[in-house]
Amino acid sequence: MDTKLSLVSLGETVTISSLLDSSLKPKLMEMGLVAGKKLKVLFRAPFGDPIAIDLGGYVLSLRLDEAKLINVS
Amino acid sequence: MNIALLGNPNTGKSTVFNLLTGMRQHVGNFPGVTVDKKVGDFDINNQQHIITDFPGTYSLYPRSKDEEVVYKVLSDKNHPDFPDTAIVVVDASNLERNLLLFTQIYDLQIPTILVLNMSDIAFKKGKKADIQRLEQEFPGVTIVEMSARVGLGVDRLKEAIENFNPSLTVKSNFTPDFQLLPMEDLENQSVEAEMRFFKIRLIVAKVIAQKELLNDTKSNKIDRILVHPILGYLIFTLVLFILFQFIYVFAALPMDLIDGSFSTLSSWMHESLPKGYFFDLITQGIIPGIGGIVVFVPQIALLFFFLSILEESGYLARVVFIMDRIMRPLGLNGKSVVPLLSSVACAIPGIMAARTISSRKERLITILVAPLMSCSARIPVYTLLIAVVIPSKMIFGFINLQGLILFALYALGLVSALIMSTVMNLFIKAKEKSFLLLEMPSYKMPRWGNIGLNVLEKVKVFVLEAGKIILAISILLWFLATFGPSNRMEIAVEKLKNEVSFSQLNSEEQSHKISSEQLANSYIGIIGKGIEPVIRPIGFDWKIGISLITSFAAREVFVGSLATIYAVNDDGEENKTLVDRLKNEKRADGSKIYSLATGVSLMVFYVYAMQCMATLAVVKRETKSWKWPIFQLVFMGIFAYLGSLVAFNIFN
Repeated sequence: MDTKLSLVSLGETVTISSLLDSSLKPKLMEMGLVAGKKLKVLFRAPFGDPIAIDLGGYVLSLRLDEAKLINVS
Repeated sequence: MNIALLGNPNTGKSTVFNLLTGMRQHVGNFPGVTVDKKVGDFDINNQQHIITDFPGTYSLYPRSKDEEVVYKVLSDKNHPDFPDTAIVVVDASNLERNLLLFTQIYDLQIPTILVLNMSDIAFKKGKKADIQRLEQEFPGVTIVEMSARVGLGVDRLKEAIENFNPSLTVKSNFTPDFQLLPMEDLENQSVEAEMRFFKIRLIVAKVIAQKELLNDTKSNKIDRILVHPILGYLIFTLVLFILFQFIYVFAALPMDLIDGSFSTLSSWMHESLPKGYFFDLITQGIIPGIGGIVVFVPQIALLFFFLSILEESGYLARVVFIMDRIMRPLGLNGKSVVPLLSSVACAIPGIMAARTISSRKERLITILVAPLMSCSARIPVYTLLIAVVIPSKMIFGFINLQGLILFALYALGLVSALIMSTVMNLFIKAKEKSFLLLEMPSYKMPRWGNIGLNVLEKVKVFVLEAGKIILAISILLWFLATFGPSNRMEIAVEKLKNEVSFSQLNSEEQSHKISSEQLANSYIGIIGKGIEPVIRPIGFDWKIGISLITSFAAREVFVGSLATIYAVNDDGEENKTLVDRLKNEKRADGSKIYSLATGVSLMVFYVYAMQCMATLAVVKRETKSWKWPIFQLVFMGIFAYLGSLVAFNIFN
């Protein structure tokens, strides 16, 4: 089941399936968000945004706006 | 050798830099860009090497303004900063992402030493890399394992540098037929990144028995508390409270010492040096000017000391995380918190700290509102005015009214900064989409060496950047205050000396009286009287006008100017004589000049007015145009005037 990273609930582990096209795409990829990569949603900031994810070795925080660009399964 | 130090953020790159160079480092400029260039040198067996610490980036292709310098230097073999050798520092516990930048540099065929840093942490996480296999994948690269935080591996790195011969390295490519893409070609940059990661993964799989998603549980447990919806903010508030308490308590003593020493030096030199304008310039223009700069060093050093601890420990990334959502509707970014906090000491390092904000719009708004935060130069002005117009009494039995007003002035600055940024958010157009992609480093004990060097660097920037302007303005103001048109000053002093009351004063009072009369008839006195009609509606007279103008050197000069005008000693500290004098100043009709209304109006004026040439100069440099500092001067000036007008009329 494909969904967006912004909709994944806390503690869930998912695999990145693709990135939407946007000017941020290369930046997201360079930070390690590439198709096939596993990640776990660690926690949310107060007000639910931004979120922090574990990318297998490091923790990245990103806004829901950025998380919407990432398809996961 | 000319070495470029490169790597992702949070890899301990700066620690490696500090370990190699120690105190032998300075901040310079890359031609044509505003990014600071940290350069250092070191010797290995009498052979000198120069090393440049480039901004931490995830890729060769820039994603923010300050990252451009990496691309610009490395893509141009004729660039004056183009290195003989690159040292690429990578986080060994996170090889996959870190190798992206490394393979790009490798493809540029720059001879490279690869530093696998944090190898101790990687080892603990079960990610020990097979160095020999990694070296086979990248012919010509020397690989060194380090744990820079604990100082391990420096000797190995130095040995590698000593034995490294750039001209003998094998020229090989990671990408066949590699072509560097233009900075703007985002589409193909994505394709390139995808291709690189595909190959990097195969290599990492061979080199490391990787365990996926093994997270640092200790950091995660701390995070559950520090980013908690309620506890998170409570802890942040508490941290801020402690931070500012410490700064004010610890900075007070050195500041008094500096203040005292400079005024002693100035008066001692004034008495021992021969008379004349040249010596007056030194004793009354230059020395107090330098004193006015140095006096802020303790506060600035302490603030950056605490901020570096917070940064090194990993806490600041969490502050950005919990503040981002709150700051966004205001046109700011989670990363705006640090610049705004720094501005409470001084807007100059604060404005420079805004460079880490990648969105141009959010960075600009942060820069524009930063000077509204009450800086340390405003404290002497606030304290004097509060002592003059606010009675020292308790309200509700336990709150000191004077302290409450001081707090209110800080709050007014902060709230105004946030309101202004919200307004600007509506009018300033964004060129690119704002985003926040921030690595959250795991919590660590700070490295004191890094903190010391960081504090030193920030203080140096303040002394040099702000210092030269404060000094220049001080000298200019000294000229305007010492000379007047034709012999106007002499005539006024002669007239004063002939007055009956004058001869009854003792010699100290006489000389104060003369200084005061001279100032009133100098160019600056004339300007002060010239602007009186404009400032009368907000409750100021020409004497205050003079002091407002002299404040352009630095706001606290206001106090010294008033002391000269009212012909009393500025004792630097409590200023009891000046406070008494101001309390008793009357207008011709017998009403108080420093009434509550005028006092409050002045305080409000100082909260808003952009009276700091040094800040304006830094804003010009950071935004690369005169448009924004002029805009700042104008909007803050209008705010100051209107705010004072309202305050004066309410209290009058």
